Amino acid sequence: MTTRTRQTTEVTGGIGQSTARPDSGPKLRGEFQYAQDLTADGMLWAATVRSPHARARIVSIDIAPALAIDGVHAVLTQDDVPGRAMFGLEHPDQPVLANGEVRFWGEPVAVVAADDEDTARRAAAAVVVDYEELEPLVDSEEADARDEVFRRMRIRRGDQDARGSVVVEGFYEVGMQDQAPLGTEAGLAVPDGEGGVDLYATSQFVHVDQEQVVASLGLRPDQVRAHPVGIGGAFGSREDVNLHIHLCMLALYTGRPVKMVYHRAESFTGHVHRHPARMWYRHEADELGNLVRVEARLVLDGGAYASTTAAVLANACYFSVGPYRCPSVAIDGVGARTNNPPCGAMRGFGAVQVCFAHESQMDRLADELEMDPLELRRINALATGDFVPTTGQLITTPLPVLEVIDSLEAMPLLVDEPGADPLELPGGTGLTTERSDVVRGVGYAVSIKNLGFSEGFDDYAQARVRLTEEGAIVETAAIEVGQGLVTVLAQIARSSLGVSRAQVRHMDTSRIDSAGSTSASRQTQLSGGATHQAATQLRQRIVDRYGGDHLDDAGVWRGNELVASIAEVTRETWAETVTFRHPATERPDENGQGTIHADLAVAAHRAVVDVDPELGMVRVVRVDTAQDVGRALNPEAIRGQIEGGIMQGVGLAIMEELVVEQGKMRNATFTDYLLPTVLDAPSVEALLIEQDGSWGPFGAKGVGEPPTISSTPAVVAAIRAATGRPLTRVPVRPQDIALDDAL
Amino acid sequence: MIVSFRLNGKEATFPVGHPASLLDVLRADLGAAGAKNACEQGECGSCSVLLDGVLVCSCLVMAADVEGSEVATVEGVNPADSSLHPVQQAMDDAGAVQCGFCTPGIVVAAADLFDHNPHPSQAEIKEALAGNICRCTGYGAILRAFEQLAGRDAP
Repeated sequence: MTTRTRQTTEVTGGIGQSTARPDSGPKLRGEFQYAQDLTADGMLWAATVRSPHARARIVSIDIAPALAIDGVHAVLTQDDVPGRAMFGLEHPDQPVLANGEVRFWGEPVAVVAADDEDTARRAAAAVVVDYEELEPLVDSEEADARDEVFRRMRIRRGDQDARGSVVVEGFYEVGMQDQAPLGTEAGLAVPDGEGGVDLYATSQFVHVDQEQVVASLGLRPDQVRAHPVGIGGAFGSREDVNLHIHLCMLALYTGRPVKMVYHRAESFTGHVHRHPARMWYRHEADELGNLVRVEARLVLDGGAYASTTAAVLANACYFSVGPYRCPSVAIDGVGARTNNPPCGAMRGFGAVQVCFAHESQMDRLADELEMDPLELRRINALATGDFVPTTGQLITTPLPVLEVIDSLEAMPLLVDEPGADPLELPGGTGLTTERSDVVRGVGYAVSIKNLGFSEGFDDYAQARVRLTEEGAIVETAAIEVGQGLVTVLAQIARSSLGVSRAQVRHMDTSRIDSAGSTSASRQTQLSGGATHQAATQLRQRIVDRYGGDHLDDAGVWRGNELVASIAEVTRETWAETVTFRHPATERPDENGQGTIHADLAVAAHRAVVDVDPELGMVRVVRVDTAQDVGRALNPEAIRGQIEGGIMQGVGLAIMEELVVEQGKMRNATFTDYLLPTVLDAPSVEALLIEQDGSWGPFGAKGVGEPPTISSTPAVVAAIRAATGRPLTRVPVRPQDIALDDAL
Repeated sequence: MIVSFRLNGKEATFPVGHPASLLDVLRADLGAAGAKNACEQGECGSCSVLLDGVLVCSCLVMAADVEGSEVATVEGVNPADSSLHPVQQAMDDAGAVQCGFCTPGIVVAAADLFDHNPHPSQAEIKEALAGNICRCTGYGAILRAFEQLAGRDAP
């Protein structure tokens, strides 16, 4: 019998607490190892030869001048790819290296390996490619007309003859946004000397990288191991393969470790972007404001290769009405194939584009009805027990649309009058704006998005939980991109197992099954779900083994008696592996109907802006939000997701756009692609709306994407309120506000 | 050509064979990998260092130009033991680190600010960090960290 007492309070560092990141110390000291920092003995450097044309036939490639440079070890083209030679996240339609025709500006044509980076880049420049330029297809609607499409979506629900008495129509556009993670694409491939290779490269999903390397290079699955590495942000840009296959090819060809790091300009061409969108909308309502029918036609420009365009398009269509009830819906969508830069995943994944459109429409409708815009949203708000207006799916998990709207409206509008300090005026220290010219506006928007993968995808995550003398260890192939996976999985393990020491250990693809992608706001629910289940089962096994009823840092207890100390317990090997699946979803029927989504999350945003209407300058003063989080597992980390997500939404609203002309990017640098700085950052107040009932661990929902979705239309609504301009395109440019022909 | 300078208080030398930037040399030749390359154009501040006491983007400094100079990187901000400098501690406490790629540059810029101005106003903090892009945090936690640090020792 011991005199110590069993722990009755929540374990230290468990769920609900704002525990600190385990990796913040090394990151603050500059000691954290990113993919960019990897080295190996005898390492070569690689560089990529890229197409200077949006579309051209490759007449010939002369690699001899590159090979003649001292220190060059390999120059490889598509002819050297041994396997399937094609890759793609959903459809393998993209050549590993261009095969006869280049289809977008910056497409990889050849790769080289040399003694050092400088030599590799000089060698890449020395490869002579003779192109015959072809007319690029750069207009998404023309692509639609020519049936150059990746997917068409058709949604029909309810009485197609339903008509309302109040009608608003609109056409909306969204420009091409870039994820712009600070760490560019980087990696190191190390041959194992037996025909296989170890890959350490930036990624959001190592198991799918591994599969693509295996297929493209004609290897056996056991010959390729993809390892998680330190990553400088992602936001969707690392879902697709870019340098991964190239590195493995070069490593296997040269028999030496090979490293490659993209420069910023290459990074802009080396990953997919947010789809530019054109959206035609018609909303019909009765005189009380009840939505009667929504019609929309959506054209997303997928660029040259498929990537995830099919899934992004589907998401755009499914969430095209927003978080509102509507009995009659007709949506037609197309993901166009063009010679523009390929587009794919970015935070918000299709919901961002349509949210700008449907929220702009709701404001127009409120205006037409002479109704308060929030009241219009309130009377149409979706709730648990309703049907998703597009898919007809019955909503069974908590969906606090009304709650986020009401909570947001109840938040005090904490804004000071703009001061005379230029830093507080639109345009900042450019000193263009006078205080007396500034007009203030307030705008609202509400959003809905799916969590996890949809449309019948077998979405799962495996995690292994061990209890050792070091405490709990969570083994996973899930990727930490900065969001805090390493924190939240440890918290879940602590609370589920009952011990306060826990850490996350990253596993390569040979040592654990897939955790799925770090995307779709899914890892807290999926890998968190696996961790929760594994730790809970392990705790039960340990307690049963000693005939106890409780496990904590001291050991196993039966009542108030410690029946096995933790030292005794951890002399045995304890491990539990769980593969967690979310509730099954299904493919849509021919009308887009079905149980398409596993879970949904909503958020509402209120933006306050100061505008100089004559100069078109905008300063976003603050953005407040109420967000549906299920259960807040780490409030501080959620606040970090919310503030960072809002900043990217503000960026899309007023400054971030990749300018593409005739298929060529005109601003693929940080000098010309404008990213928000601290001087652009609004103040943010966030309310977390917690409700029980989601299938995530402890009722948690994913939180990463909603902050980015409705922040953009809220900012634009605020600019409209200040200026009276229609503003149907984001990013809003100064001329859209200041010039008369914008009307 | 061999270039000699002082790196974080110690003598350092490197050969210059091609037009390398100070950032290239720090990372590739001198093992000071805390400074990060994110834009190569002096726009993002990830490579911030002090050159003779002046905050600069090391990607914009020709390596050959540091002959005889004193360069301080994030490694020079780090206390000798495994503890954290006050600006690092403030960021840790505020949850101001996510992916961390911008973090070393922000640490260098903030340490420089607090060295010169122990109690900066919010406007001064923003001005000092205006050259550092962070893509993850939206800057909220970073500002909270330094506002708290600025107030902590305030008279």
